[in-house]
Amino acid sequence: MPLLSVEHASKRFGAVVALDDVSLTVDSGEFFALLGPSGCGKTTLMRLVAGFETPDSGRVTLAGQDLAGAPPHRRPVNMMFQSYALFPHLNVFDNIAFGLRRQGASRVAIQSRVAELLDIVQMQNLGARRIEQLSGGQRQRVALARALAPGPSLLLLDEPLAALDRKLREEMQFQLKDIQRRLKTSFVIVTHDQDEALALADRIAVMRAGKIEQIGSPPEIYERPASRFVAGFVGATNMIEGFVARDDGGWFVAPFGRLKRADCALRDGARAALSLRPEQIVVARDGEGVPGVVEDIAFRGETTQLRIGVAARQALRVSCTNGNRFSLGEPVRLMIAPDAGVLFAEAE
Amino acid sequence: MSVPRKKLSGGQRAVLAAPYLWIVVFFLAPMALIAKISLSHPAETRPPYEPTFSIDDGLAGVLAKARTLGFDAYRALADDRLYLDSYLTSLLIAGVSTAIMLMIAYPFALTMARAPRRLRSLLIGLAVAPFWTSFLIRVYAWIALLKDEGLINHALMALHIIDAPLSIYATNGAVVIGIVYSYLPFMLLPLYSALERQDPALREAAADLGASPLQVFWRVTLPLSRPGVIAGCLLVFIPAVGEFVIPDLLGGSETLMIGRTLWNDFFANRDWPAASAAAIILLALLIGPLLVAERARLRAEEEPS
Repeated sequence: MPLLSVEHASKRFGAVVALDDVSLTVDSGEFFALLGPSGCGKTTLMRLVAGFETPDSGRVTLAGQDLAGAPPHRRPVNMMFQSYALFPHLNVFDNIAFGLRRQGASRVAIQSRVAELLDIVQMQNLGARRIEQLSGGQRQRVALARALAPGPSLLLLDEPLAALDRKLREEMQFQLKDIQRRLKTSFVIVTHDQDEALALADRIAVMRAGKIEQIGSPPEIYERPASRFVAGFVGATNMIEGFVARDDGGWFVAPFGRLKRADCALRDGARAALSLRPEQIVVARDGEGVPGVVEDIAFRGETTQLRIGVAARQALRVSCTNGNRFSLGEPVRLMIAPDAGVLFAEAE
Repeated sequence: MSVPRKKLSGGQRAVLAAPYLWIVVFFLAPMALIAKISLSHPAETRPPYEPTFSIDDGLAGVLAKARTLGFDAYRALADDRLYLDSYLTSLLIAGVSTAIMLMIAYPFALTMARAPRRLRSLLIGLAVAPFWTSFLIRVYAWIALLKDEGLINHALMALHIIDAPLSIYATNGAVVIGIVYSYLPFMLLPLYSALERQDPALREAAADLGASPLQVFWRVTLPLSRPGVIAGCLLVFIPAVGEFVIPDLLGGSETLMIGRTLWNDFFANRDWPAASAAAIILLALLIGPLLVAERARLRAEEEPS
């Protein structure tokens, strides 16, 4: 039995449909990400689970129990707020102890549990600090410790890293994943940052306009996106529009040339879009392949991003590990394997 | 702690000086005058105290006169039960009124702060609407309401809730009612502004951590509104202690509030030094605890932890 199960949940705010028949399950001990652009309904879905919103239809169950009618304070679910929502009138210790006190834990139990959590988030000796004396990263960790303190079976995290700067964010990603693995608590994270979702989650639900577009593991989402939207939203991609030609095997006819396709279920002449990841294109000085010209070179450390101009005033982004061999304006050949990328049918 | 101070331009100095000048001219100077009168002696002169200083006295004259100043008025006050009773009654009536106002205004302010945004300004407007009419007229109106043959007694008797009129008018109770009515907006507005500023996410976080709605109120909403509670209480308590008009109009002969006692001494007894001394003591009574509280607050804030 899954730990959390959302079945056919819908929610409207006035004329706005925030959630449209959404279903998903989260397993015990799983790190699950709700990924999508702002306004896609991911936060509403999270608030539905926390009990701050009630679904218009559908139901939410936790460990088999229907949560309908249960107010937030009676749900064994805790939430880490995007703004952290730390209590400014309480110090670090009392913030973390807040949930434990509501559970009626003894003074000794609270002492040891808070100390344990301060240890987990590496904030030992900072229990007496006031919230306003903390840095952004420290506040983030107190918020995490506070939400974990009551020992929830499911922790909801609303954009937990959004307020941190890039370097701290990457560091915290590892810590978050580490803490989740150690505690074996289910985490559901809401994020608009695809890198964060890919790096942290066991499974990702990509949402758009109140609907789930795809649920899958990070490699599944990245390599086999279920829709053009998912392909474009998760990771960088070249979206090439063209049509299918079925003479002598399957071909994708792009504005700059014909590309052989290994798997092509679409009928002859169907309009289609090919999503090609920058690293799925191989650049060479000569040989077979689509001719192009190097228009831009961006050195990124371990990789180099090239912009290659091809026919029909189109440009493709290519990522390679040896890109600095090329120079601006140099003519090159692009090799695209028949099984590279994903082909989507386009509405006629 | 050596923070380098920025040099201020002449213009900036002038702007900063303006409020201080205001305080000196319109607050400190009159206070100094009252302090001086409190050290004088009552006399059958005009003004009714001695000594009065004038430029013609010369330095020796001024010094000679200054030697006659003394604390006689304060000593007299200490011996006079009337003043002690007045102070106690004033503090009691102001304290009771403040407590009642807090209990009325808090739920009121909470409702306003949680109301839909577009409704809030309307509600604030309604709360301060009574200010558009004269304070005096509103207090007079309460006489008509509270009198034995007034509207409230009439209504209660017509409804057979009471048989004989309640004598509210001309009691300390009537004074409390008048103060609560008149000062309520001064309690309401600081409370509202403190509550309105609170981040709703804090309440959600508390609920999420297992706090029932009542616990959310006691553990989060109320403690966070403390600055508003303190501001509101000071704003109504301090003027209520020295209130003169309301006890004069609604109070009975036994309502001894310090404002009234002062007024009697100034205008009926023409004992200006005694009245001035009473005013100075009142000021000390009100400001003393305030300064202590403020120092304690500052020290708590500086405390490194």
